[in-house]
Amino acid sequence: MRESINPPLTPSCNPFQKKKGWFQRKEMLGINLLRLATYIIIACALFIFSDIFIKGVPTLVKSEAPFINTEFFTESPQILTVWHDSAGNEYSMTQEKHDIWVIENPTIEVIDIHNYTASGGGILGPLLGTALLVTICMAIALFIGVSAAIYLSEYCGTGKLMSLIRLAILNLAGVPSIVYALFGWGVFCYMAPNYVTEISDRSLFAFSIGGGYISFEGWEQSLLAGGCTLAIMVLPVIITACEESLRAVPKGFREAAFALGATRWQTIRTAVLPYALPGVLTASVLGITRVAGETAPIMLTAAASDKSKLPTEVLADEGFWSFLTQSVQALPFHIYTLAKFPDSEYVKPMQYGSILVFLLLVMGFSLISMVLRSRIRKRNKW
Amino acid sequence: MVASPTSQDSSTDPALINIDDLGFSYNQGKTETIQGVSLHCPEKQVTAFIGPSGCGKSTLLRCINRMNDLVETSKITRGSINIMGQDINAPDVDAIELRKQVGMVFQKYNPFPKSIYENVAYGLRIQGIKNKSTLDEAVERALKGAALWDEVKDRLKDSALGLSGGQQQRLCIARTTAVSPKVILMDEPCSALDPIATAKVEELISELRRDFTIVIVTHSMQQASRISDNTAFFYLGELVEYGDTNKIFSNPSVKQTEDYISGRFG
Repeated sequence: MRESINPPLTPSCNPFQKKKGWFQRKEMLGINLLRLATYIIIACALFIFSDIFIKGVPTLVKSEAPFINTEFFTESPQILTVWHDSAGNEYSMTQEKHDIWVIENPTIEVIDIHNYTASGGGILGPLLGTALLVTICMAIALFIGVSAAIYLSEYCGTGKLMSLIRLAILNLAGVPSIVYALFGWGVFCYMAPNYVTEISDRSLFAFSIGGGYISFEGWEQSLLAGGCTLAIMVLPVIITACEESLRAVPKGFREAAFALGATRWQTIRTAVLPYALPGVLTASVLGITRVAGETAPIMLTAAASDKSKLPTEVLADEGFWSFLTQSVQALPFHIYTLAKFPDSEYVKPMQYGSILVFLLLVMGFSLISMVLRSRIRKRNKW
Repeated sequence: MVASPTSQDSSTDPALINIDDLGFSYNQGKTETIQGVSLHCPEKQVTAFIGPSGCGKSTLLRCINRMNDLVETSKITRGSINIMGQDINAPDVDAIELRKQVGMVFQKYNPFPKSIYENVAYGLRIQGIKNKSTLDEAVERALKGAALWDEVKDRLKDSALGLSGGQQQRLCIARTTAVSPKVILMDEPCSALDPIATAKVEELISELRRDFTIVIVTHSMQQASRISDNTAFFYLGELVEYGDTNKIFSNPSVKQTEDYISGRFG
């Protein structure tokens, strides 16, 4: 008979004694390395956020009620004028106010005067511009994206051509934004059809209609061109996410609807789309955070670094088409413009204030999409 | 009951569904999943399809209301299915209209995440019926028909997903009957249910056969013997034997059927 592989127990010693050796040390080392890597990420994030927060908050708040610097949100960027009087007192206000101040205080001598572009006033213009760009972009992207996603997931099959299309869409998501920017610049700013009374020299093609001409001469740098460029950029994200949420709708819903005599469109409208909608919503909110932060496409297709009129004022004064084809300020581009200025204590409040507002906006949208997603997960019991 | 030996003269009752030498393929005709099946399902009777997994019984069921149309590469390779004398694969047949007459209940109960009322009313709503009292009546009739009315009449506005599994399956049956089809196809309707819920659904099926022609696919031979009038035994895509249920279960004429029924394989 062979000996048992389990020798009889010797009750005196602890069979589960902790061991100390190279093997155990290696284990600890591994864990601590992973921990360190994680802490580095947290440290970076904390450093960035706290730096922006600490330096940005003084711009957004003030000591007396209502404690929020409303001026920062209700005025557009203006020239900041800084000067001293002979007594050595320092003054800093927007150029407009400076001009009034000079008239009101003719006796005080102004010395050592400096002007800083776009560092005074607030960020209403860029805020409005970004909001409008995002709205136009999402309106276009959602319509095209959701339609394409429905077609791809519900109507067309799984042939070779279709997998090629899917691959193309996935690849589009990886194209650098500057490429989209140049594409949009070429197509929307210089080639898109426009209704004009006089054909411009650069028009590619024109035909007369009614009293004027439809001329393919582009929209120049405008809200519409920027919105369209951003829309094309965010399309792959929207299509992929929508397709996924459509696919996540159980097959049983579709089968049940079909078996009850629903047409394909009825099935999609009543038994698929309603249950995919929350996912589509989450995807579009994520899309918003992405396009809101894009700088390169806006720079080339839509942005003005300095603009005296608010977009809404243009709408009121010049009508809807002018509103769509005006160039706008945008928050990321505004930040880019400010960042190019030399380091100065007078520019800093505007720089950090703008960045903080921008960061809070993007974080807010991310938060919304996170909350939406967890809510959907909780609700979907099928 | 008079036992009938083969499919050729399966019953003296008028046959509602006539399947004639049907061949079906999932891959454009390269291989046949169903190979030349012929059988007749008499009106207002329960016909059970039995057989081991992969024998083509569910596929055949899905041919009857053309659910297989949704599979892109599927193809009828030969033969025909006639319902009420009409070849359902004829070019002038609209699968949508066909499915209004030939309803289906699925293996996994699949109510929509809507209210109980809206689930039952769904089929009528997509047909464009908006009249509240018509809908109310139809919903009540269907729920009563599915023996569910007493359990849910006070919470018609509640979500259907709050019901138990058995109740959800009976709700799906009510949803199907609400559009008054001629035929109800059932694809293993009890396989996701516990024995008590199964018993209720079986009871319901024997009630429903007064109004509807039922074709049921089942894995449970006991279930087939309990609820069906006719049984078809399939093996590897072929119809091995078809006839009166009592005959199939007491005195099958083919050895393979006997082996399967007695549990020697499958």
